Amino acid sequence: MASEKFTQGMERLAESAADVASQADALAAQAAALVAPAAPAASGGTTFVMLFTIFVLAVFVGYYVVWNVTPALHSPLMSVTNAISSVIIVGALIAAGPADWHLSKVFGFVAVALASVNIFGGFIVTQRMLQMFKKKK
Amino acid sequence: MSQNTAAFLYLISSVLFVLALRGLSSPTTARQGNLFGIVGMVIAVATTLAMPNVLSYTTILVAVLIGGTAGTFIALRIQMTALPQLVAAFHSLVGLAAVFVAGAAFYAPEAYGLGAPGAIAAGSLVEMSLGTAIGAITFTGSIIAFGKLQGLITGKPLVFFGQHFVNLALGIGLVVLIVWFATAQPALGFWAIVLISLLLGVLLIVPIGGADMPVVISMLNSYSGWAACGIGFTLSNPALIITGALVGSSGAILSYIMCKGMNRSFFSVILGGFGGETDAAAMDLGDRTVKSGSAADASFIMENAASVIIVPGYGMAVAQAQHALREMADLLKSKGVTVRYAIHPVAGRMPGHMNVLLAEANVPYDEVLELDEINRDFPSNDVAFVIGANDVTNPSAKTDPTSPIYGMPILDVERSGTVLFVKRSLASGYAGVDNPLFYRDNTMMLFGDAKQMCEGIIKALE
Repeated sequence: MASEKFTQGMERLAESAADVASQADALAAQAAALVAPAAPAASGGTTFVMLFTIFVLAVFVGYYVVWNVTPALHSPLMSVTNAISSVIIVGALIAAGPADWHLSKVFGFVAVALASVNIFGGFIVTQRMLQMFKKKK
Repeated sequence: MSQNTAAFLYLISSVLFVLALRGLSSPTTARQGNLFGIVGMVIAVATTLAMPNVLSYTTILVAVLIGGTAGTFIALRIQMTALPQLVAAFHSLVGLAAVFVAGAAFYAPEAYGLGAPGAIAAGSLVEMSLGTAIGAITFTGSIIAFGKLQGLITGKPLVFFGQHFVNLALGIGLVVLIVWFATAQPALGFWAIVLISLLLGVLLIVPIGGADMPVVISMLNSYSGWAACGIGFTLSNPALIITGALVGSSGAILSYIMCKGMNRSFFSVILGGFGGETDAAAMDLGDRTVKSGSAADASFIMENAASVIIVPGYGMAVAQAQHALREMADLLKSKGVTVRYAIHPVAGRMPGHMNVLLAEANVPYDEVLELDEINRDFPSNDVAFVIGANDVTNPSAKTDPTSPIYGMPILDVERSGTVLFVKRSLASGYAGVDNPLFYRDNTMMLFGDAKQMCEGIIKALE
């Protein structure tokens, strides 16, 4: 009896979820239609504003997350932020990507190597540090 | 892979990076956090490798192997006492990588969708030059910080007449160059920006004294993040922008915490000229007397105490005394003494340095407490054992408004029943301030090397 009611409830929930999903689809399509003509016309400005929005929000996320880091782990925090800031390798890989050699590919090669030192070194040294933090037996 | 898929995967890796930092809120979740960070990095790299214009996998593999091997080797070999210099060295690499990526974008803008060489949008050029400038400053600044921490360059602040004017002139020159570069986009402009920024990085860090390094190293951490951000804007890559912003704000918060721990403004640290290692072996004692004791005296006092609070500082790291110290604490604990550790925010040469060294010596992290957690317990504490710390225990920070460290939050060790102070000589700390604690009735100085003193106490306890 109870389980029957439960299944019915779940079915209704699923239906309404599907409803919401299709509405969201429609909304997305509308939004896309709205943006599509505007985008090519003002791509420089719009892209910058969008990226800047992401930037400001990310600074806020960083601010609140980092204040929650316990002071005892400030050294691992530095080494792990060091490792993740090497995500700059993304730009380096694109530069090193083309098949034929020219100046920018050389730059890319060097940057990939430099960022790799950091990625491997940063994560490993963080792991080494964190491994040492143990509770009282 | 479509652009949307790529953007989605970059978003996932950014979220994983946030979770990596989130994990550090407690030692129990931290290792999982680090794993999130690694997965995030793998996703970001794999996404980029799957892009249609990334073709030469062999070249990339060679570069990753060279860098990865070097990084792994260094990270596995480094001693925990040398952690600050390692982090400084790693910062310099991020800075240099940013310069190279910006250079690549300038010489082959079509690869990044920035247009043709010589016809890059002014906005992109400004973003590019900001990334380059911050990257180059981070590079040389970190190298100088590394040199100071490693002892290759004197830890004393190097100041010369008109220093700030030179820096100001270079800063203005940099802005003018960026404007010129963004309007006419000459290759010469790019390299001039690099050159001036490299010089500026050296000049900015040179006047800052060795013991202000916790602030400097956090600040450079922040810069490396902003450099990544600048490159992220150039390449219109949200993952780079988000990560750069996370790192940038993290470093900024750490610098703020360090400055607060010293009661100094960020600008006074940056302008430099403060402190420097004083070598004065003996000070004019006047009519004040110092009580000094031996390892045997110290062991007797601590053995008969109910509670001991250990206050470690940079001197402990220099003497590599953390293992002997933990052994001493274990012996005391086996004799029924309660032992805890008190860490000042600026103890050591980088944020959290003491915690890592104690963890390395197998001290459980729940015995290690921060200033505001333990400061109230000193009045009810029997013995404070100060080892390698000095200025952070100086009571004149509370009582003497003329003292250079007045207002700095300190550990109230003098309120304990007895203070045991391990020190090589009566020389003042880096702030060049005499510590009245040495001359108090309830203080006993234990002159000698921190490690040898701990070993001596261990022998006496056994």
